[in-house]
Amino acid sequence: MAISTSTSPDGAPGTAPPDGTGTGAERQRRRTLLHRLDVHGAPYAFVAPFFVVFAAFSFYPLIYTSWISLHRVELSTLNVMEWVGFDNYTALWEDDRFWNALLNTFTIGVLSTVPQLMMALGLAHLLNYQLRGSTFFRVAALTPYATSVGAAALVFTMLFERDFGMINWMLSLVGIDNIDFENNKWAAQTAISTIVIWRWTGYNALLYLAAMQAIPRDRYEAAAIDGASRWQQFLKVTVPGIRSTIVFTIVLSTIGATQLFGEPLIFGQGPNGITGGADNQYQTLGLLLYEEGWKNYQMGRAATVAWAMFLLLIVLFVVQRVVKRVLARKA
Amino acid sequence: MGKVRRKLRTRAVAAVSVVSALGLVVGCGGSDGGGTGGGKKDGKTTITMGLFGVMGFKETGLLDKYMKEHPDVVIKADVAGDEQTYYTALQTHLAAGSGLKDIQGIEIGRAKELSDTQKDKFVDLAGAAGTDHFLPWKQSQVTTEDKKVIGLGTDIGPMAVCYRKDLFAQAGLPTDRDEVAKLWEGDWSKYVEAGKTFKKKSKDDKVAFMDSSSGLFNAMIYGNSQQFYDKKGELIYETNPVVKDAWKLASEAATSDLTAKLRQFQPGWDPGLANSTFASTVCPAWMLAHISEKAGPKNKGKWDVAKAPQGANWGGSFLGVMEKSPVKKEAQDLVAWLTAPEQQAYLFKEIGNFPSSQTALEMPEVVDAKSDYFAGAPIGQIFGTAAKEIPDEQVLGRKDGTIKDIFSQGLTLIEAQGKSPNEAWKTTDKRIQKAAG
Repeated sequence: MAISTSTSPDGAPGTAPPDGTGTGAERQRRRTLLHRLDVHGAPYAFVAPFFVVFAAFSFYPLIYTSWISLHRVELSTLNVMEWVGFDNYTALWEDDRFWNALLNTFTIGVLSTVPQLMMALGLAHLLNYQLRGSTFFRVAALTPYATSVGAAALVFTMLFERDFGMINWMLSLVGIDNIDFENNKWAAQTAISTIVIWRWTGYNALLYLAAMQAIPRDRYEAAAIDGASRWQQFLKVTVPGIRSTIVFTIVLSTIGATQLFGEPLIFGQGPNGITGGADNQYQTLGLLLYEEGWKNYQMGRAATVAWAMFLLLIVLFVVQRVVKRVLARKA
Repeated sequence: MGKVRRKLRTRAVAAVSVVSALGLVVGCGGSDGGGTGGGKKDGKTTITMGLFGVMGFKETGLLDKYMKEHPDVVIKADVAGDEQTYYTALQTHLAAGSGLKDIQGIEIGRAKELSDTQKDKFVDLAGAAGTDHFLPWKQSQVTTEDKKVIGLGTDIGPMAVCYRKDLFAQAGLPTDRDEVAKLWEGDWSKYVEAGKTFKKKSKDDKVAFMDSSSGLFNAMIYGNSQQFYDKKGELIYETNPVVKDAWKLASEAATSDLTAKLRQFQPGWDPGLANSTFASTVCPAWMLAHISEKAGPKNKGKWDVAKAPQGANWGGSFLGVMEKSPVKKEAQDLVAWLTAPEQQAYLFKEIGNFPSSQTALEMPEVVDAKSDYFAGAPIGQIFGTAAKEIPDEQVLGRKDGTIKDIFSQGLTLIEAQGKSPNEAWKTTDKRIQKAAG
């Protein structure tokens, strides 16, 4: 059977082929259709992989989690579900563990994010100078970020150990008694924040550095001619120049802090890690989720915590947008 | 023409990207199809095992011995140090139906939960050849209501008290194991009294009498046939006098500053053993391996074992075979071999894990066993006597393991955080309601 393209490659009208490909006009229309599909359809095909993966690994779990959160269901018997409506949500609202975890997430978040970003800003400012071997220092700044959470947390746990840890040993040199880092609420939260700060400072510093290098040199020159000191240059030129990057890192760090999980889990180790200490003194929302799901095996309650965290992030996002808009209007 | 080809190429690329995206998804979904790790290949059978703590099979070379005797078998054992971590992963694997090993270790605190909710996922080992040598109560712990046996027993945990002779001596306490046993004969509260004497007379105030109050708590409750649950499966910890007494005495030890404020098997405990921060610990037989390993050669001979005030069973494990395993038959053979009397006696001799096999209990290797590390203590005699005092019936409950953890944390509240025993009990009670409800 002859194919249309071989009988009239230039698209000239010929005798209608018997295979039903239609007249020249029809063929023309089909080509236009294919062309349009190509132009408009192909981009969708190209971005499809992400969205297919997103649908399977983010959207579907999200929906499924919300479904589970309306049930009473145990991890070992996921097929047996008992409908309880919004009971899990009201129980969570009345559960002081939830408020405790929320507060801990907030305090650990502040304890880790604020010093971390300040230090990153300073570090980036220093790296921005003409340095010998600057590549080395930049790579070195990124090294902690490349370390796994588990390894970092384990090492820090040993450093912070009560009887034989290095930090208590150093404190004892200046006459300070051993601190029980795990059992003291603020000591534990500070120790956990230290792990977070250690891991993320270099990463944020490099983000800042990239933004700083986009600031035109002549601004600094102009400032220098006007007699601005290095510190004034930093405050009046550098910081305003990278404002959007700072906002970006704040958003990233906030999301990270809300989901804090690995560091406190490993810091406590064993049963105490899961509950965030014997008195839940450093239990974050992530740990509460894990405790409900993988210690108490109540998947419904765990899913409820997950949704509470999700809603919390949305609220944070909205607040951030509002603040940004208000600030922009003022400016 | 060129245009057409280009068009075709774009379409092909588009198609490939869509297909590969779908493939990714399907691929990820399908990766759990195999279920367990082992299999047969090129005439070799690979059996995978998931273990925890010091069960000893790998450590003492038993697995190597089996592989030597069966050249066509390769055993891959994965040992998690911490049982809680191990069990959490096992639960997740069971729920997902993937990532399971052919053989999985089961700790006694989880036995009831697994035989209640997961029995279909384990091979029934009832009546398997050559497996009728276990202590009856041991076997009954993993027998489901319809008489299915989901695991074979490894060790049991008769209790004694491990103590440091040198530290007892400097506090003016006796050091001979018989005299030490007399100090607290018949009553755990005498053990706490001994601790008070120790504290008063000790010349080194950095050394505590015992490691943790939760060890004492465990020893006391496991001497009774009912602990947290009754036979009907109802929670009775609130009213059970055994639990109340144990809580009272353990919190007394905690508030009298007799403990090193450590948590067994958690950070600080191992260096505590190595650096001698406490003089005694309540030790089930299986703990001897851990102590000798962590306290190290420099403390050899300083440790000794004395009879506990009351017989009790703390812990002990089982080995189960997964129904999904592609090498079920071979895995069963391995489990039967590992839990056979000869191997149990060998493990006891090597690392002190006490046999759950009646046959093994009567073997001279067990009866006459002495421990070099523990100053030549006749551990066969001491633990053997203790094993006979273990109640014949032990009622297990679904959340035993979790409840034990919560009680340990409750005692930590008193010990390390300065909460009052009353306040700590309230918190503990609330947590158990949450966890078990």
